[in-house]
Amino acid sequence: MQITVNDEAREVTAGSTIADLLEELGLRPKFVAVERNLELIPRARHAECELAENDKLEVVTLVGGG
Amino acid sequence: MSDKPLVLGTHTLQSRLIVGTGKYSTFDMMQQCLEISGSEVITVAVRRERLIDAEGRNILDFIDLSKYTILPNTAGCFNAEDAIRVARLGREILDGLENSGADWVKLEVLGDTKTLLPDPVATLQATEALVKEGFQVLCYTTDDPITAKRLKDAGATSVMPAGSPIGSGQGVLNPNNIRICLEYLKGDDPDYPMIIDAGVGSASDVAFAMELGCDGVLLNTAIASATEPAMMAEAMKHACLAGRQSYRAGRIAKKLYATASSPETGVIRPSLR
Repeated sequence: MQITVNDEAREVTAGSTIADLLEELGLRPKFVAVERNLELIPRARHAECELAENDKLEVVTLVGGG
Repeated sequence: MSDKPLVLGTHTLQSRLIVGTGKYSTFDMMQQCLEISGSEVITVAVRRERLIDAEGRNILDFIDLSKYTILPNTAGCFNAEDAIRVARLGREILDGLENSGADWVKLEVLGDTKTLLPDPVATLQATEALVKEGFQVLCYTTDDPITAKRLKDAGATSVMPAGSPIGSGQGVLNPNNIRICLEYLKGDDPDYPMIIDAGVGSASDVAFAMELGCDGVLLNTAIASATEPAMMAEAMKHACLAGRQSYRAGRIAKKLYATASSPETGVIRPSLR
Protein backbone atom coordinates (compact mmCIF):
# COMPACT_ATOMS: atom_id res chain seq x y z
CA MET A 1 0.00 0.00 0.00
CA GLN A 2 1.09 3.55 -0.51
CA ILE A 3 1.90 6.10 2.18
CA THR A 4 3.70 9.43 2.16
CA VAL A 5 6.79 10.05 4.26
CA ASN A 6 7.96 13.65 4.39
CA ASP A 7 6.08 14.32 1.18
CA GLU A 8 7.65 11.39 -0.66
CA ALA A 9 5.45 8.52 -1.80
CA ARG A 10 6.47 5.14 -0.46
CA GLU A 11 5.27 1.55 -0.73
CA VAL A 12 4.99 -0.42 2.48
CA THR A 13 3.66 -3.87 3.22
CA ALA A 14 0.11 -3.91 4.55
CA GLY A 15 0.17 -4.32 8.29
CA SER A 16 3.47 -2.44 8.70
CA THR A 17 3.82 -0.41 11.86
CA ILE A 18 5.67 2.84 12.43
CA ALA A 19 8.44 0.84 14.09
CA ASP A 20 8.73 -1.29 10.93
CA LEU A 21 8.92 1.80 8.76
CA LEU A 22 11.69 3.39 10.84
CA GLU A 23 13.66 0.18 10.66
CA GLU A 24 13.20 0.02 6.90
CA LEU A 25 14.40 3.62 6.63
CA GLY A 26 17.43 2.77 8.72
CA LEU A 27 16.59 5.41 11.33
CA ARG A 28 17.43 5.24 14.99
CA PRO A 29 14.03 5.51 16.72
CA LYS A 30 15.49 7.50 19.61
CA PHE A 31 16.61 10.28 17.28
CA VAL A 32 13.28 10.84 15.58
CA ALA A 33 9.70 11.84 16.29
CA VAL A 34 6.81 10.79 14.09
CA GLU A 35 3.56 12.48 13.22
CA ARG A 36 0.87 10.48 11.47
CA ASN A 37 -1.80 12.57 9.74
CA LEU A 38 -0.80 15.56 11.90
CA GLU A 39 -1.02 13.60 15.15
CA LEU A 40 2.14 12.92 17.12
CA ILE A 41 2.58 9.21 17.79
CA PRO A 42 4.66 8.74 20.93
CA ARG A 43 7.61 6.38 20.65
CA ALA A 44 5.97 3.90 23.02
CA ARG A 45 3.21 3.35 20.45
CA HIS A 46 5.40 2.94 17.35
CA ALA A 47 5.36 -0.84 17.54
CA GLU A 48 1.59 -1.09 17.78
CA CYS A 49 0.62 1.72 15.40
CA GLU A 50 -0.25 0.11 12.07
CA LEU A 51 -0.04 2.24 8.97
CA ALA A 52 -3.03 2.67 6.69
CA GLU A 53 -3.30 3.41 2.97
CA ASN A 54 -2.60 7.09 2.17
CA ASP A 55 -1.26 7.88 5.63
CA LYS A 56 0.81 11.02 5.66
CA LEU A 57 3.82 10.78 7.93
CA GLU A 58 6.28 13.38 9.11
CA VAL A 59 9.51 11.95 10.44
CA VAL A 60 11.69 14.60 12.08
CA THR A 61 14.94 14.78 13.95
CA LEU A 62 17.06 17.49 15.55
CA VAL A 63 19.46 19.54 13.45
CA GLY A 64 21.72 22.50 14.04
CA GLY A 65 19.76 25.68 14.71
CA GLY A 66 19.77 28.93 16.60
CA MET B 1 33.10 37.38 41.63
CA SER B 2 30.24 35.11 42.37
CA ASP B 3 26.91 35.85 40.75
CA LYS B 4 23.51 34.38 41.32
CA PRO B 5 22.57 31.79 38.74
CA LEU B 6 20.25 32.47 35.83
CA VAL B 7 16.95 30.80 36.66
CA LEU B 8 14.71 29.99 33.71
CA GLY B 9 11.68 28.21 35.11
CA THR B 10 12.94 24.95 36.53
CA HIS B 11 16.38 25.36 34.93
CA THR B 12 19.21 26.90 36.95
CA LEU B 13 22.22 27.98 34.92
CA GLN B 14 25.65 29.30 35.79
CA SER B 15 26.37 30.54 32.27
CA ARG B 16 24.27 33.39 30.93
CA LEU B 17 25.23 32.66 27.36
CA ILE B 18 23.05 30.33 25.31
CA VAL B 19 24.40 29.29 21.94
CA GLY B 20 22.95 27.79 18.82
CA THR B 21 24.25 24.86 16.83
CA GLY B 22 23.42 26.03 13.31
CA LYS B 23 25.62 27.09 10.40
CA TYR B 24 28.84 25.43 11.55
CA SER B 25 31.05 24.17 8.74
CA THR B 26 31.64 20.89 10.58
CA PHE B 27 30.24 19.08 13.61
CA ASP B 28 33.76 19.09 15.08
CA MET B 29 33.93 22.88 14.87
CA MET B 30 30.50 23.11 16.49
CA GLN B 31 31.57 20.82 19.31
CA GLN B 32 34.70 22.85 19.95
CA CYS B 33 32.82 26.17 19.98
CA LEU B 34 30.11 24.87 22.33
CA GLU B 35 32.80 23.75 24.74
CA ILE B 36 34.74 27.03 24.59
CA SER B 37 31.61 29.17 24.98
CA GLY B 38 31.01 27.66 28.41
CA SER B 39 27.29 27.48 27.66
CA GLU B 40 25.14 24.90 29.41
CA VAL B 41 22.14 25.32 27.14
CA ILE B 42 22.30 24.88 23.38
CA THR B 43 19.55 25.38 20.86
CA VAL B 44 18.63 23.02 18.05
CA ALA B 45 16.00 22.98 15.32
CA VAL B 46 13.47 20.29 14.46
CA ARG B 47 13.55 19.27 10.79
CA ARG B 48 12.40 16.51 8.52
CA GLU B 49 14.67 13.53 8.51
CA ARG B 50 16.42 13.81 5.15
CA LEU B 51 17.14 10.18 5.58
CA ILE B 52 20.22 11.82 7.16
CA ASP B 53 23.48 13.24 5.79
CA ALA B 54 25.44 11.23 3.28
CA GLU B 55 27.45 9.57 6.05
CA GLY B 56 24.38 8.83 8.16
CA ARG B 57 25.48 11.18 10.91
CA ASN B 58 23.12 13.01 13.20
CA ILE B 59 23.94 16.12 15.23
CA LEU B 60 22.99 14.12 18.32
CA ASP B 61 26.10 11.99 17.78
CA PHE B 62 28.14 15.14 18.43
CA ILE B 63 26.39 16.53 21.48
CA ASP B 64 27.07 15.27 24.98
CA LEU B 65 23.50 14.90 26.18
CA SER B 66 24.57 14.44 29.78
CA LYS B 67 26.36 17.78 29.72
CA TYR B 68 24.07 20.09 27.77
CA THR B 69 20.46 20.97 28.21
CA ILE B 70 18.97 21.06 24.73
CA LEU B 71 16.60 23.90 23.92
CA PRO B 72 14.59 22.96 20.83
CA ASN B 73 13.31 25.85 18.75
CA THR B 74 10.35 26.24 16.42
CA ALA B 75 12.36 28.11 13.79
CA GLY B 76 10.81 28.05 10.35
CA CYS B 77 7.23 28.14 11.62
CA PHE B 78 4.98 30.87 10.29
CA ASN B 79 1.81 30.13 12.23
CA ALA B 80 0.89 29.09 15.76
CA GLU B 81 -0.36 25.63 14.75
CA ASP B 82 2.93 24.62 13.13
CA ALA B 83 4.94 26.01 16.04
CA ILE B 84 2.86 23.95 18.47
CA ARG B 85 3.37 20.80 16.37
CA VAL B 86 7.11 21.38 16.19
CA ALA B 87 7.30 22.03 19.94
CA ARG B 88 5.59 18.69 20.60
CA LEU B 89 7.90 16.88 18.16
CA GLY B 90 10.97 18.37 19.82
CA ARG B 91 9.71 17.37 23.23
CA GLU B 92 9.06 13.84 22.02
CA ILE B 93 12.67 13.45 20.86
CA LEU B 94 14.19 14.96 24.00
CA ASP B 95 11.90 12.90 26.21
CA GLY B 96 13.20 9.75 24.56
CA LEU B 97 16.77 10.91 25.02
CA GLU B 98 16.04 11.69 28.68
CA ASN B 99 17.44 15.17 28.22
CA SER B 100 16.39 17.86 30.69
CA GLY B 101 15.37 20.08 27.77
CA ALA B 102 12.20 18.05 27.17
CA ASP B 103 10.10 20.47 29.19
CA TRP B 104 10.84 23.70 27.36
CA VAL B 105 10.86 25.29 23.94
CA LYS B 106 12.30 28.34 22.28
CA LEU B 107 9.19 29.60 20.55
CA GLU B 108 9.65 31.33 17.21
CA VAL B 109 6.62 32.15 15.10
CA LEU B 110 7.88 34.19 12.23
CA GLY B 111 6.10 36.84 10.21
CA ASP B 112 7.99 36.66 6.93
CA THR B 113 11.12 35.21 5.39
CA LYS B 114 12.79 38.50 4.56
CA THR B 115 13.00 39.93 8.07
CA LEU B 116 12.46 36.75 10.09
CA LEU B 117 10.77 39.07 12.54
CA PRO B 118 8.24 37.42 14.82
CA ASP B 119 4.50 37.52 14.24
CA PRO B 120 3.46 38.91 17.63
CA VAL B 121 -0.18 37.81 17.43
CA ALA B 122 0.65 34.23 16.46
CA THR B 123 3.48 34.16 19.01
CA LEU B 124 1.04 35.11 21.74
CA GLN B 125 -1.48 32.47 20.61
CA ALA B 126 1.19 29.77 20.51
CA THR B 127 2.51 30.82 23.93
CA GLU B 128 -0.93 30.49 25.49
CA ALA B 129 -1.46 27.06 23.95
CA LEU B 130 1.98 25.71 24.83
CA VAL B 131 1.83 26.98 28.41
CA LYS B 132 -1.47 25.09 28.73
CA GLU B 133 0.29 21.95 27.52
CA GLY B 134 2.86 22.30 30.26
CA PHE B 135 5.74 23.71 28.24
CA GLN B 136 8.09 26.27 29.68
CA VAL B 137 8.04 28.76 26.83
CA LEU B 138 11.02 30.97 26.02
CA CYS B 139 9.59 33.50 23.64
CA TYR B 140 11.45 35.06 20.76
CA THR B 141 9.83 38.43 20.13
CA THR B 142 10.52 41.96 18.96
CA ASP B 143 11.75 44.66 21.30
CA ASP B 144 8.21 46.02 21.64
CA PRO B 145 7.55 46.48 25.37
CA ILE B 146 3.79 45.97 25.11
CA THR B 147 4.20 42.63 23.33
CA ALA B 148 6.83 41.63 25.88
CA LYS B 149 4.38 42.34 28.69
CA ARG B 150 1.59 40.41 26.97
CA LEU B 151 3.85 37.38 26.51
CA LYS B 152 4.86 37.43 30.16
CA ASP B 153 1.21 37.71 31.19
CA ALA B 154 0.44 34.72 28.96
CA GLY B 155 2.85 32.67 31.05
CA ALA B 156 6.13 32.81 29.11
CA THR B 157 9.02 31.56 31.24
CA SER B 158 11.27 34.13 29.62
CA VAL B 159 10.69 36.86 27.07
CA MET B 160 13.52 37.09 24.55
CA PRO B 161 13.48 40.23 22.42
CA ALA B 162 15.65 40.40 19.33
CA GLY B 163 18.39 43.01 19.42
CA SER B 164 18.02 43.19 15.64
CA PRO B 165 16.90 40.71 12.96
CA ILE B 166 18.15 37.12 13.23
CA GLY B 167 21.64 36.66 11.83
CA SER B 168 21.92 40.33 10.88
CA GLY B 169 24.80 41.12 13.24
CA GLN B 170 23.51 44.64 13.81
CA GLY B 171 23.61 44.39 17.60
CA VAL B 172 21.06 46.01 19.88
CA LEU B 173 19.44 48.61 17.63
CA ASN B 174 16.98 50.10 20.07
CA PRO B 175 18.43 50.06 23.57
CA ASN B 176 15.65 52.34 24.76
CA ASN B 177 13.02 49.74 23.94
CA ILE B 178 15.12 47.07 25.63
CA ARG B 179 15.30 49.26 28.73
CA ILE B 180 11.53 49.71 28.72
CA CYS B 181 11.04 45.95 28.23
CA LEU B 182 13.27 45.34 31.25
CA GLU B 183 11.32 47.86 33.29
CA TYR B 184 7.94 46.42 32.30
CA LEU B 185 8.94 42.79 32.84
CA LYS B 186 10.95 43.26 36.01
CA GLY B 187 9.22 46.22 37.64
CA ASP B 188 7.35 44.19 40.22
CA ASP B 189 9.22 40.95 39.56
CA PRO B 190 12.98 41.71 39.49
CA ASP B 191 13.99 38.08 38.99
CA TYR B 192 11.90 37.61 35.83
CA PRO B 193 14.46 36.65 33.17
CA MET B 194 14.79 38.58 29.92
CA ILE B 195 17.24 37.38 27.31
CA ILE B 196 18.45 39.09 24.17
CA ASP B 197 17.89 36.63 21.38
CA ALA B 198 19.26 37.33 17.94
CA GLY B 199 21.03 40.08 16.12
CA VAL B 200 24.30 40.30 18.02
CA GLY B 201 27.39 40.33 15.84
CA SER B 202 30.34 40.89 18.11
CA ALA B 203 31.54 40.67 21.70
CA SER B 204 30.77 44.33 22.33
CA ASP B 205 27.13 43.72 21.31
CA VAL B 206 26.88 40.96 23.92
CA ALA B 207 28.53 43.07 26.62
CA PHE B 208 26.24 45.98 25.78
CA ALA B 209 23.11 43.82 26.07
CA MET B 210 24.26 42.55 29.44
CA GLU B 211 25.14 46.06 30.62
CA LEU B 212 21.57 47.11 29.88
CA GLY B 213 20.52 44.60 32.53
CA CYS B 214 19.46 41.68 30.37
CA ASP B 215 19.81 38.33 32.11
CA GLY B 216 21.42 36.51 29.24
CA VAL B 217 22.17 36.46 25.54
CA LEU B 218 21.28 33.81 23.00
CA LEU B 219 23.31 33.80 19.80
CA ASN B 220 24.40 31.53 17.00
CA THR B 221 25.54 33.16 13.75
CA ALA B 222 27.95 35.56 15.45
CA ILE B 223 30.09 32.59 16.47
CA ALA B 224 29.34 30.06 13.75
CA SER B 225 29.95 32.46 10.86
CA ALA B 226 32.94 34.32 12.36
CA THR B 227 36.21 33.91 10.48
CA GLU B 228 37.61 32.13 13.55
CA PRO B 229 34.57 30.62 15.28
CA ALA B 230 36.48 29.15 18.22
CA MET B 231 38.13 32.47 19.03
CA MET B 232 34.78 34.24 18.76
CA ALA B 233 33.23 31.66 21.09
CA GLU B 234 35.81 32.58 23.69
CA ALA B 235 35.27 36.30 23.08
CA MET B 236 31.51 35.88 23.57
CA LYS B 237 32.00 34.00 26.82
CA HIS B 238 34.17 36.81 28.20
CA ALA B 239 31.87 39.51 26.84
CA CYS B 240 28.86 37.99 28.56
CA LEU B 241 30.72 37.87 31.88
CA ALA B 242 32.22 41.33 31.41
CA GLY B 243 28.88 42.89 30.54
CA ARG B 244 27.15 41.19 33.45
CA GLN B 245 29.80 42.32 35.94
CA SER B 246 29.81 45.82 34.55
CA TYR B 247 26.04 45.93 35.05
CA ARG B 248 26.25 44.57 38.58
CA ALA B 249 29.15 46.87 39.48
CA GLY B 250 27.11 49.97 38.62
CA ARG B 251 28.63 52.23 36.01
CA ILE B 252 29.42 55.92 36.55
CA ALA B 253 27.01 58.50 35.27
CA LYS B 254 27.82 60.11 31.93
CA LYS B 255 28.82 63.77 32.21
CA LEU B 256 29.36 66.40 29.55
CA TYR B 257 32.63 67.78 30.95
CA ALA B 258 35.81 66.23 32.26
CA THR B 259 36.51 65.27 35.85
CA ALA B 260 40.21 64.90 36.63
CA SER B 261 41.39 61.49 37.77
CA SER B 262 44.65 62.88 39.22
CA PRO B 263 44.78 65.26 42.23
CA GLU B 264 44.15 68.85 41.31
CA THR B 265 46.34 70.11 44.17
CA GLY B 266 50.13 69.90 44.52
CA VAL B 267 50.79 70.50 40.85
CA ILE B 268 54.24 72.10 40.18
CA ARG B 269 54.41 75.81 39.55
CA PRO B 270 53.63 76.47 35.90
CA SER B 271 56.62 77.67 33.87
CA LEU B 272 56.49 81.17 32.51
CA ARG B 273 55.79 81.43 28.84
